[in-house]
Amino acid sequence: MANNIPDNLHYSKDHEWVSVEDGIAAVGITDYAQNALGDVVYVELPKEGDTFEAHDVVGSVESVKAVSEIFTPVGGEVTEVNEDLNDTPESVNEDPYGAAWLFKIKMSNPGEADAMLSPEEYEEFLSENE
Amino acid sequence: MSELKKTPLNEIHRKLGGKMVDFGGWDMPVQYPAGVIEEHLRTRNHAGLFDVSHMGEFFVEGDDAIEFVNRLTTNDVSKLVDGQAQYSAFTREDGTVVDDLLVYRFDDTKLLLVVNAGTTEKDWEWVTSNTNDEKITLTNASADYCQIAVQGPKALEIAQKLTETDLDSIKYYHFTVGKFDGVDAIISRTGYTGEDGFEIYANKDFAGQIWNKLLETGGYGFDNGILPAGLAARNTLRLESGMALYGHEISDEITPLEAGLGWICKLNTDFLGRDALQKQKDEGLKRKLVGFEMRDRGIARDECEVYIGGEKVGYVTSGSPAPFLKKNIGMAFVPAEFAKVGQEITIDVRGRKLAAEIVPMPFYKRNKN
Repeated sequence: MANNIPDNLHYSKDHEWVSVEDGIAAVGITDYAQNALGDVVYVELPKEGDTFEAHDVVGSVESVKAVSEIFTPVGGEVTEVNEDLNDTPESVNEDPYGAAWLFKIKMSNPGEADAMLSPEEYEEFLSENE
Repeated sequence: MSELKKTPLNEIHRKLGGKMVDFGGWDMPVQYPAGVIEEHLRTRNHAGLFDVSHMGEFFVEGDDAIEFVNRLTTNDVSKLVDGQAQYSAFTREDGTVVDDLLVYRFDDTKLLLVVNAGTTEKDWEWVTSNTNDEKITLTNASADYCQIAVQGPKALEIAQKLTETDLDSIKYYHFTVGKFDGVDAIISRTGYTGEDGFEIYANKDFAGQIWNKLLETGGYGFDNGILPAGLAARNTLRLESGMALYGHEISDEITPLEAGLGWICKLNTDFLGRDALQKQKDEGLKRKLVGFEMRDRGIARDECEVYIGGEKVGYVTSGSPAPFLKKNIGMAFVPAEFAKVGQEITIDVRGRKLAAEIVPMPFYKRNKN
């Protein structure tokens, strides 16, 4: 099955995506990740104001069968979390790049986003690890 | 790594888009494209189709068949009539569980034991090494049989279209031998979902035929038609129904009494492990299996630790979201003094201490007409 990999995002090897606007990164999980997890039933999010280093565990996405930890691909301070996911965790399956962004983080080092995988690199990473 | 074992339906699962996983050495579908939640709900509301061909089948035949099985299993085999099935367990001398199983009585010289897939070899070793001088013949027919379960409120209607046997005349936990879609089969009114339904045993060469016919007559592809359901839905369905899973609620380290299975332990019969279970009963159980519902947001998973008053007192045996009940539920062992409905417990979910409450089991019970 072809993976949906939008060409305007940065990707991590933990199957997360980042979209940067004015130094603030929105973070979510990729289409590949939601498909691998199956029906998402619960999302545990960080809190506004929490600060993290890149690659810290900040929460989890849970399906009926499995738990997948959320690692923040970039460090900084959480400015907003997607509270809608408390009531509609299934949107992680339905719209992983849109309605199901997980949290936004004010990056302490914007270079960390640029160092992530490009869409092409992520696609290659997936094909190597299938 | 040794190669995974395959059921005769392996290719069909792949064609249906099944997500295949290693389950106790078997290459099995954990779910199909509809997903575990839809597969679960469809089984509760209409019908689900399950490949359980990986289960093991042992025939016990001979004049002493009943005596032999009665000596090895906790339930009372002598109470069975021809065409009746019984849930039971093999226990060791110390009362711990080798496996749980179904015992089918064909007649007083022929029984069928259906055991778990992951324990089939261990069970065969157990059964064959615990014979005395009984007049019996043991046959491990596991590789010869397929087993297909059709479960749910529409299961009767769907299965009836494929046989002339009057299926509704088969009582729950009874079976008959007859033709199913023209194939010799054992048709059993049993299951592991908490729904009405049938488990069909036949020669493995006919697995694909039976499976496809059930999908076809069940209206697979329609919104209210039958759906193939994978191991994930099988697990959530049995959990909602409060049924034990070997390796979780019962195991090499757990007795059936602790797991709330006293009803299958007939201590007035003489079976291997009886004395240990009698002693445990007389002395009083130290721990008991309970059902719980999460009160805080979050999902307790297998092996999470259970706390009461800050003390670690037990652990979760099975924990999951319950798709039909739309709650997060589970089963856990706690000390007997706390094993009461309404007791508040705390569960450590990956470092977070979450509130839960002991509730009655089963969590789900179907409406019987």
